[in-house]
Amino acid sequence: MAEGYVREDGRKNDELRSPIKADVGVVPNADGSAMFQIGKTIAIAAVYGPKKMHPQHSQDPEKGTLRCTYNMNSFSVEDRIRPGPSRRSTEISKITEWALNPVVMLEKYPNEVVDVHINIIQADAGTRCAGINAAAMALADAGIPMKELVSSISVGKMDKTLVLDLDKFEDSEFEDGEGSTDIPITFTHSGEITHIQLDGKISSEQLKEVVEMAKGACDKIYEIQKEALKKSLMAGEGEK
Amino acid sequence: MSERKIVIPGEVIVSGSEYLPGEWTEKKGEEIIANRFGLAEEQDRLVKIIPISGAYQPRRGNVVIGEVVNMLSNGWFLDIDTPENAFLSLSEVPRYVNRGELNEVMDMHEIVVAKIFNIGKRGIDMTIRGHGLGKIEGGMIIKVNSNKVPRIIGKEGSMINLIKENTNCNITVGQNGIIWIKGDKVEDELHAKRAIEFITENFFKEGLTEKVKEWFGGNKE
Amino acid sequence: MDTGKLNADKIKQSLAEGKRFDGRKPEEFRKLIIEKNVSKKAEGSVRVRLGKTEVIVGVKMAVGTPYEDSANQGNLMVTAELLPLSSPRIELGKPGFSAIEVGRVVDRGIRESKLIDLEKLCIKEGEKVWTVFVDIYSINDDGNLLDAAGIGALAALKIAKVPKYDEENGKILYGEADRDLPLNDVNPIPVTVHKIGGFLIVDPTLEEEDVSETRVTIGGSKETISSMQKSESASLTREELEKAVEIAKGQWGELFKKVEKLI
Repeated sequence: MAEGYVREDGRKNDELRSPIKADVGVVPNADGSAMFQIGKTIAIAAVYGPKKMHPQHSQDPEKGTLRCTYNMNSFSVEDRIRPGPSRRSTEISKITEWALNPVVMLEKYPNEVVDVHINIIQADAGTRCAGINAAAMALADAGIPMKELVSSISVGKMDKTLVLDLDKFEDSEFEDGEGSTDIPITFTHSGEITHIQLDGKISSEQLKEVVEMAKGACDKIYEIQKEALKKSLMAGEGEK
Repeated sequence: MSERKIVIPGEVIVSGSEYLPGEWTEKKGEEIIANRFGLAEEQDRLVKIIPISGAYQPRRGNVVIGEVVNMLSNGWFLDIDTPENAFLSLSEVPRYVNRGELNEVMDMHEIVVAKIFNIGKRGIDMTIRGHGLGKIEGGMIIKVNSNKVPRIIGKEGSMINLIKENTNCNITVGQNGIIWIKGDKVEDELHAKRAIEFITENFFKEGLTEKVKEWFGGNKE
Repeated sequence: MDTGKLNADKIKQSLAEGKRFDGRKPEEFRKLIIEKNVSKKAEGSVRVRLGKTEVIVGVKMAVGTPYEDSANQGNLMVTAELLPLSSPRIELGKPGFSAIEVGRVVDRGIRESKLIDLEKLCIKEGEKVWTVFVDIYSINDDGNLLDAAGIGALAALKIAKVPKYDEENGKILYGEADRDLPLNDVNPIPVTVHKIGGFLIVDPTLEEEDVSETRVTIGGSKETISSMQKSESASLTREELEKAVEIAKGQWGELFKKVEKLI
């Protein structure tokens, strides 16, 4: 695959966008919060809980419940999105919950709920991944017991070429050849996959490569998340 | 493991068969792994994590400050900042209370210093039998993250006494992060409030007691 | 546990001595920080911080049909969303501002002052006009979301640019700025004055807002009041209303200076 798709922004196929920034404690009211930016995509997440779950019939007597909401600001994209939930945001809320559930340990909190609210400030593809990255940090910041963090990235196939971290052009406008296939993936740090989606077409061989590429990227993202968490303590809280 | 260190969930704290997994950690093979963001410390081979954020964990014996949010004929429900409200029964008050006169002893939205004497399946049971417990009036209530309470109290009360002396206030620090400040003047109470805010903002810094002394030095009102 | 109501007497006692818990005077606003272009796909966007209260406001523009009774004018639509992420109270449905109130009060301030020259947003009379959307999101609620939202809306509109419009193909070329949003020389800023224990204050923290008995939002600039709204149930004496107006007028200039710095 020496020839093939050349990226518009000059990145190498396995290069993540820049800048990649993470910051913890961005919403003072929340029990935990974080911001994650990759390229032009910016997400913030705030965690509230554990707290009593309402309505009562949704309570789980065996352990706490994780509840996620994902929301894009109307002006985060070129064509304004009408404020309010959409089918897409509802689906992504559920995907996010599934991506985070395997690592949160809520056995100590029966009948309680941990709410994770994600808001996209600026969208340039990869928003669900950015949201998951922010949410993982926010959960840790909130002192929620977790086995480990999760990190998320999307891998793409542009015609036949595999690339890491699609930007908006690659995700929605590229149409040559086999078009673009978008594969967002979330890994735990120890290498388990908690979330994977695919839109397009790919061979099972290439899929293995995709997963390999994604793990490498997630390791890099993990280091950034870890540093943001540790740094948030040293800064002291008054300085926001 | 010699020094405390900040760890995130999933991080290996120490490795070695001699270590034992304490609070908020688990052992996998030889490794002790963190299950919570916080400060890991080891004592006599027991490795645990001191939480620095997150919800208040009620424990038997904790003295906390709560607000009356409901009353039944046999007791009061207190909001002590836990998901489930705590219950103070009539029988845990050091005086005889008629079933009809609960609100005369303590009414809705009044504040009380109480001790947790039992945590069971049905909830948290409180008592106000004991020195320093009971309804409080006047003064000012502030709320801090409960994990900051040990720092605000300081070793053997050194930090809280420093604040009391410098502001002339009576201060009761609930283990649940609710703090009651009572002074003769509002200014003194506000002074104490700000001192506590200073401590929570600089929670992680070295030599905090010195910094607080300096802060008072330059802050005489 | 909400400390505001528990400290109500103390807050009033303090005000009687001319002081607030954070040391401010009754007529003092918290530190105001405005950052521009925080969301670059918007035609204009700002982040406003008033103390710990934070809102993000974005302006988007789209082409649509005019209303029948204003065939040669563009449209304005102001919406506010109080995000659950900004406060633990929102999901509990606890009383406080409603998003609708914030949206409408800010809308009124902009519309009535004629800040936007809507006629200059007409593309083809009766057929095509620009619609200006101003969307407000709360990020952290530590009181006074309303004023923060109003300041944000003004600032975002001041820096917003109208995108190029390809009339032939009916396509908006987002990202390609054509001109500044046509604005008139007015600077409507809302200042909400609250009454607590007989004292009037501005820019309450969440704690103070909890014990506020009533409030009146006065929007305007220089010597002209362009909007007013009183909310909540207690009443104001005539003197109190007059004083509130004086206080608001006194703040407009100061607050606008900050917005100006941005541009």
